[in-house]
Amino acid sequence: MIKWLREVGWRYAVVLAVCAFALFPVLFVVSAAINPLGTLGSTGLIPQGASLSNFHDLLTGDHPFTKWFLNSVVIALISAFAGLLISVAAAYAFSRMRFRGRRVGLLSILLIQMFPQFLAIVAIFIVFTEVTELYPAFGFNKPWGLLILYLGGALGVNTYLMKGYLDTVPKEIDESATMDGASHVQTFFRIILPLVGPVLAVTAMLSFIGTINEFLIANVFLRDTEAKTLAVGMYGMLTDKRDANFGMFAAATLLTAIPTVSLFLWLQRYIVSGLTAGAVKG
Amino acid sequence: MTTEVTGAGSERSPHPGPSGQAPDQRSRGGRRGDAEQVRRTRELSTGFIVSRIAVLGIVAALLIYALPPLIQTEAWTALGVVGVVTALVAYLYLTPRHIPAKYLVPGTIFLFAFAIVPIVLTFVTAFTNFGDGHRGTKDEAIRAIETSSVTQVPGSPEYYLTIAERDGELVFLLVDPDTKAVQAGTADGLSPVDGAEVSLTGKVLSAGGYTVIPTAQAAERDAEIAAFSVPTAGGAVKATGLSRAFEGKADKSYDAACDCVTSPSGGRWVADEVEGYFVDAEGKHLDQGWKVDVGFANFTKALTDPTISGHFLNVLIWNFVFALSAVATTFALGMIVALALHSPRVRGTKFYRIILILPYAMPGFAMLLIWRDMFNTDFGLISKLFGVHDWLGTPTTARLGLIVINLWMGFPYMFLVITGALQAVPRELTDAARIDGASAWAGFRRVTLPLVLVALTPLLISSFGFNFNNFNNIKLVTNGGPYAIDNSTVGATDLLISYTYRVAGFDSGVADFGFAAAISVFIFAIVATVSTVAFWRSRAQEEVYS
Repeated sequence: MIKWLREVGWRYAVVLAVCAFALFPVLFVVSAAINPLGTLGSTGLIPQGASLSNFHDLLTGDHPFTKWFLNSVVIALISAFAGLLISVAAAYAFSRMRFRGRRVGLLSILLIQMFPQFLAIVAIFIVFTEVTELYPAFGFNKPWGLLILYLGGALGVNTYLMKGYLDTVPKEIDESATMDGASHVQTFFRIILPLVGPVLAVTAMLSFIGTINEFLIANVFLRDTEAKTLAVGMYGMLTDKRDANFGMFAAATLLTAIPTVSLFLWLQRYIVSGLTAGAVKG
Repeated sequence: MTTEVTGAGSERSPHPGPSGQAPDQRSRGGRRGDAEQVRRTRELSTGFIVSRIAVLGIVAALLIYALPPLIQTEAWTALGVVGVVTALVAYLYLTPRHIPAKYLVPGTIFLFAFAIVPIVLTFVTAFTNFGDGHRGTKDEAIRAIETSSVTQVPGSPEYYLTIAERDGELVFLLVDPDTKAVQAGTADGLSPVDGAEVSLTGKVLSAGGYTVIPTAQAAERDAEIAAFSVPTAGGAVKATGLSRAFEGKADKSYDAACDCVTSPSGGRWVADEVEGYFVDAEGKHLDQGWKVDVGFANFTKALTDPTISGHFLNVLIWNFVFALSAVATTFALGMIVALALHSPRVRGTKFYRIILILPYAMPGFAMLLIWRDMFNTDFGLISKLFGVHDWLGTPTTARLGLIVINLWMGFPYMFLVITGALQAVPRELTDAARIDGASAWAGFRRVTLPLVLVALTPLLISSFGFNFNNFNNIKLVTNGGPYAIDNSTVGATDLLISYTYRVAGFDSGVADFGFAAAISVFIFAIVATVSTVAFWRSRAQEEVYS
């Protein structure tokens, strides 16, 4: 029993304590969302009553919540997928190839991504004022403009994350593929990508969540009510009437969490499965 | 053992396909016998041709979309850039050489256009006075001064006015009361209109190429119409209401001989090229100025202006404390949980993992606002649980609160990446350590932790960079507060970025982009220095760059 406590028991104690810490703000949101009064003052950790009136108000009220929801999910999905492809390709080059400017390239990426895009928001605004004139489809109030802007940050920290994992994939694997006559494209798509599936899943999810949460640039970009993403729209909802809208805001928060949480559940097996265990030995 | 894949090496590759190829075509080539492979290199494979056609097709489509607007606006520099970049990309994916570049170029293009260009523009802006009152060029400022000073003087021509639209731009259709001649006035000036249909009252009913806006809709754009003016030789045409317009004389006019703006009433404002304003004898300037280079003025202002530099040190210290404790706490908690779950003997890891990821899966901006309300003195959950206290109104608890909130939001990310890194640690190593008699702690300390750190050092450094500028956390939870009674410009939890953004006027509405850009450059310099030092000192460096 003591041995069990020392080897396994402490693990449960730690995990349960941290789970409680992770959960209680979420419980508070749930409680606020189903609180029939819908105000902050009447909300506690344990719900006083249960009703879906906040959800009903949210979906039938003045705010085009479903439209915002759709905008967010579409932008986040596309930018996660495209960004993933871009950064894993770069990570492959950095991990497996030796070329002039490799070290400088790695260092520059690291340095540039230290400069958050929103610090340059004035410059971005100037650039996109021009873009809106020339190519309205990629300008303000259009998801495509926001999307290509987000892709500017794709070659950043994700590339590092994936390069790190690619470095742990034994080089013998792709060497043997090359020996068998595979081209670099075949090695990349058929050997490397399946092997780094877990890290691809993790990265895609992080990128998706990051995009859903992105507020500052989206707030500058999307001024039309219909074009807004969830972050921009919901922020406006709470600045209007803070106390009265609290329940509705909590309900919207829960609905916003649905795509991210379900994405996690869906990608669960990739995240959990090991990276290259036994790939060489086998 | 060759691990290098170089440009020259690819020449030997039996199937030098580009990355634009569809996977099934590639795999078909891969499954063929060696002899056939060798023979096929001498011919052109289907995949090779298809992929090349795809490259050319995409390039052509891009050019067809991108070029016409550039030609129309005569943006020759942009046209040149687009042309050269497209040509290089086309070459890159048509040639079998330069393999690393094939993988790097897509990301690099986006990085360049939407990260590097804005950064460079920010640096350039830091040396100017760009901001409210200094938005455009000197010519634009002169035009703004002249048109805004237009007044109706006796005898100035009057017109019947019809509001119209062309390509989304507002247009004044002007009918001369005597000759019934119709002119179109845009922001560029007047031009005659032929074949317009004019009613007896002087309203234009229809005109080729213009869309007449009905009066009811025009009334909604009242403010826009009042601000609109059509420049003319002697002044400008402005609207009085929705159906009349007059050509007024500019009260102020620019005189190139003295490089000054004069008015008939004797006013005289001389251009000051250092300040970017027209200044009169008493030193008062006109509202509209233009953008000028100010050298290092924005930087020296940040360091020597007493209202800004006075609290700089305090803010800097708290900024470092916040960023470092943010990284340390999230990494520590993430590591503890990841280790706790990293054992085959723990049941239900999937279930725990879902709960642990919840803080990260919840929308961050919304949760920040919800945390703020949980810390609310009177109604908040924290007050209900731990007793009523002005949590965010007391400097110490406000700072602690921010770190706790940040820990809640940040540890799942660390947990995720550490879990990934732990799974990548070869089991042979930890097994070997245990067989050699290492205790669990020693095994972790000497084997697991160094390996995890090697993989995660760049992430830790970028986490520091992120938290150093964690604008949202501060802005949404405390907005920099609490503030001392005698000082409303800097609060106890202000980070450099929130503090300087407030001083630079982003909150109060008077934008000083030049100064804000200079502050951005400062922050960039600090973060870059800290990160570089961290990298040089990191033992992991050799491993990461090898």
